Amino acid sequence: MTSLDAFREVMRRDRVFDFMLDETLPAVDVSHGVLLYVEGLSVSFDGFKALNNLNLYVDDGELRCLIGANGAGKTTLMDVITGKTQPDEGVVYFGQTHNLLNKSEAEIAELGVGRKFQKPTVFEALTVFENLELALRMDKGIVANLFFSLRSDQADLIAGVIDTIGLQTQIFQQAGALSHGEKQWLEIGMLLVSEPRLLLVDEPVAGMTAQETESTAELLTGLAGKRTVIVVEHDMAFVRSISREVTVLHQGAVLAEGSMDEVQNNPKVIEVYLGEAP
Amino acid sequence: MRDIDVLPGLDRPGFLRSMLHSKGGNTFLALLFAGTLFAAMGNLLVPPDSPLYVDTYTITLLGKYLSFALLAMAVDVVWGYCGILSLGHGAFFALGGYGMGMYLMRQIGDRGVYGNPELPDFMVFLNWTELPWFWYGFDQFWFAAIMIMLVPGFLAFVFGWLAFRSRVTGVYLSIMTQALTYALMLAFFRNEMGFGGNNGLTDFKELMGFDLQADSTRVALLICSALTLGAAYLLSQFILSSKYGRVIEAIRDGESRVRFVGYKTETYKVWLFVYSAILAALAGALYVPQVGIINPGEFSPINSIEIVVWVAIGGRGLLYGAILGAILVNFAKTQFTGILPEAWLFALGALFVIVTVFLPKGVVGLLSVKTRSNNKPLPGLLETSE
Repeated sequence: MTSLDAFREVMRRDRVFDFMLDETLPAVDVSHGVLLYVEGLSVSFDGFKALNNLNLYVDDGELRCLIGANGAGKTTLMDVITGKTQPDEGVVYFGQTHNLLNKSEAEIAELGVGRKFQKPTVFEALTVFENLELALRMDKGIVANLFFSLRSDQADLIAGVIDTIGLQTQIFQQAGALSHGEKQWLEIGMLLVSEPRLLLVDEPVAGMTAQETESTAELLTGLAGKRTVIVVEHDMAFVRSISREVTVLHQGAVLAEGSMDEVQNNPKVIEVYLGEAP
Repeated sequence: MRDIDVLPGLDRPGFLRSMLHSKGGNTFLALLFAGTLFAAMGNLLVPPDSPLYVDTYTITLLGKYLSFALLAMAVDVVWGYCGILSLGHGAFFALGGYGMGMYLMRQIGDRGVYGNPELPDFMVFLNWTELPWFWYGFDQFWFAAIMIMLVPGFLAFVFGWLAFRSRVTGVYLSIMTQALTYALMLAFFRNEMGFGGNNGLTDFKELMGFDLQADSTRVALLICSALTLGAAYLLSQFILSSKYGRVIEAIRDGESRVRFVGYKTETYKVWLFVYSAILAALAGALYVPQVGIINPGEFSPINSIEIVVWVAIGGRGLLYGAILGAILVNFAKTQFTGILPEAWLFALGALFVIVTVFLPKGVVGLLSVKTRSNNKPLPGLLETSE
C-alpha cells in the first residue's frame, strides 16, 4: 500500500476512527453450541448445602425455565453465576473461555450477563429514562461517564425499549413513584437496553396482572433465539406458556430435565412435589 | 430523528450549560458574588464613618464562613449524593490547612522570635539543627499549593481504596473515618512530628509577599475564598449532573444493583471521595491565612461531626443547601458564643434535633419543594436540535 492509500484509508469519510468506536467486548466462544456450563457446583452456608453438585448446561439462544420449591437453590445458582456468591466447589464457564468464578460482578455484567431480581430493584431517585440510560451497554469507566452524552442510536434504543415496556408517559417520572408492576417492567427494560447475551430473570411475573403476565411471556419468547434466557418462576401456567425446556431443582441439585410434559410426568418430580411414591 | 419526538427533553445541555442550568444554583452564585463584592467595596472604598462601611473583622469572618461553606460542600458531595457519611472530613481540612501553614511559616524567614532564617521558631525551641525533609519545598507557593491538594487526596485515595474495596459501608465506615481523624490528631499533637505539636503553626507574617494584617490582603483572601467556592460549586455541579453523577446517586440507592449493571462501584466511590477530600483541603488552605493559626485541635472528631450537622441543617443532597447550612450555623455560632459561650453546643444539638424532626430536607427544603430541578427536561433547549 502506498502512503497515499494509507492516508486515504485514515481519512475515509464513511467511517469513524477506530479509537472512537466503543470498546468491543470480549467475544464469547460458543462454537460447541453451549453458552453456560455449570459443573459440580456446591455452595454451603453454615453447613446447609444450598447447592449440591449441580450440573447445568444451557445452549446458546435457549429459553430455559428453572423451577423448584423454596430452598431448592434457584436464587443461589443465580448468585453464583452473577458473581455475588463464591461456591465451595465446581466450575462455571460462560462460553468456552470465560471462567465466571474469578470475575467480579461488574466484569460478569460487562461480559453480557444481565440479571433481573426477584424483588424489583430500580434506582428510585432517578427517572425512568435515567434508569435505562444507566443500564446502556457502553464503557462503564469513570471518564467515559463523566463526559457522556447520548448518541442518537442509543436514544433510539431507549425510545424503542420504552415503547416495549409501555412507560411512555412516565419517562421523566422518578422510578420510586412507579407501581410494583411498572417497576418490574422497568427492570426488564433495563435488561433489554443492556443487550445481554444471557438474561437471568428471577420471578418476572410476580405481582403482575394476567394481561401483563401474558405480554411478559410474549416478550421472553420473542427474545429467545436472539438471546439466551433463564427464567426462574413459580407460576406453572406461565412456565408452561413460555417454555420448551424445563429444569427442576431439588435440594440444590437437578432433579429432572425435559419438556414441561415430561417433567410433570416424571415419577421423581411427582414424588417430591406431591410427597408420595407412585 | 425519532428520539426528539419520542423523548421530549432528552437533549442534555452541554459541558458549560450543565454547570449553569440549576436555578437555585444560579441564585446562589449571584448572591455569593454580589455579597463578596459589596463587602469588599464596603471595606476598601467606603470611609470608616459611613453606615455602609464593612470593618476588617467582618471581612475575615465572611472569608472564614466561605471556607467552611466549601468544606460543607465537600461533605455534601460524598454524603448527600453518594451516601458515604464521612465523620472525618475535618482531617482533610486540617491537612490542607497545615500545608498552607507550612508555607506561611517559611515566609516568616528571619522575622521570628529567634530570628533564625532557616528554621521556624518551634524547631529552634526544640533545639533542632536542620529542617526536616518534609519541610523542603514549602518555601515555594506553587509547591505548597500542589501538596495542599496532593497529600489529602492521596490519603483519601488510600483510605477509600482500602475501605471501599473491602465493601465497608454505613456506620462502620463512619467510625473508621472518625478513627482516622482522631489518629491524625494524636500524631500532630506530638512535637516529634515536626508540625509544631500542641501549639501548631502560627505567627504568620505574609502570603506571597502581601502583609496578612493589611485590609487589602484580607479583602483579597475573601475574594479568593468566594472564587474558589464558586469554581468548586460549578465543577461539582458538572460532575454530579453528568452520567457519572447519576451512577453515584444510583450507588447511594442500591450499590449491589449498580454492580450487576456492570459498574465498578468501588472505583466510582474512591474518586468521588478523593475529589471531596481535595475540596476540603482547599477549604483548609483558605481558612488558615484568614484565622492566622492551625493547630491539631482542627483534627478533633467533634469538628468533623459539626460539619455533618451544618450539612444536615442546610439540606443535604443539594450543593447550595450545604453551603447555606455552613454559613447559617456559623453565623449563629458567632452570635451565640458572643452572648452565652458555654451553651453553644446545647443550642447546636437542639437545632440539629429540630431540623431532623421537622425539616428532614434541611432549610432549603423550606425554600423549594422541587429537589431535583437540575435533571428536569429543558424545554428551552429543544428547538436547537433537528
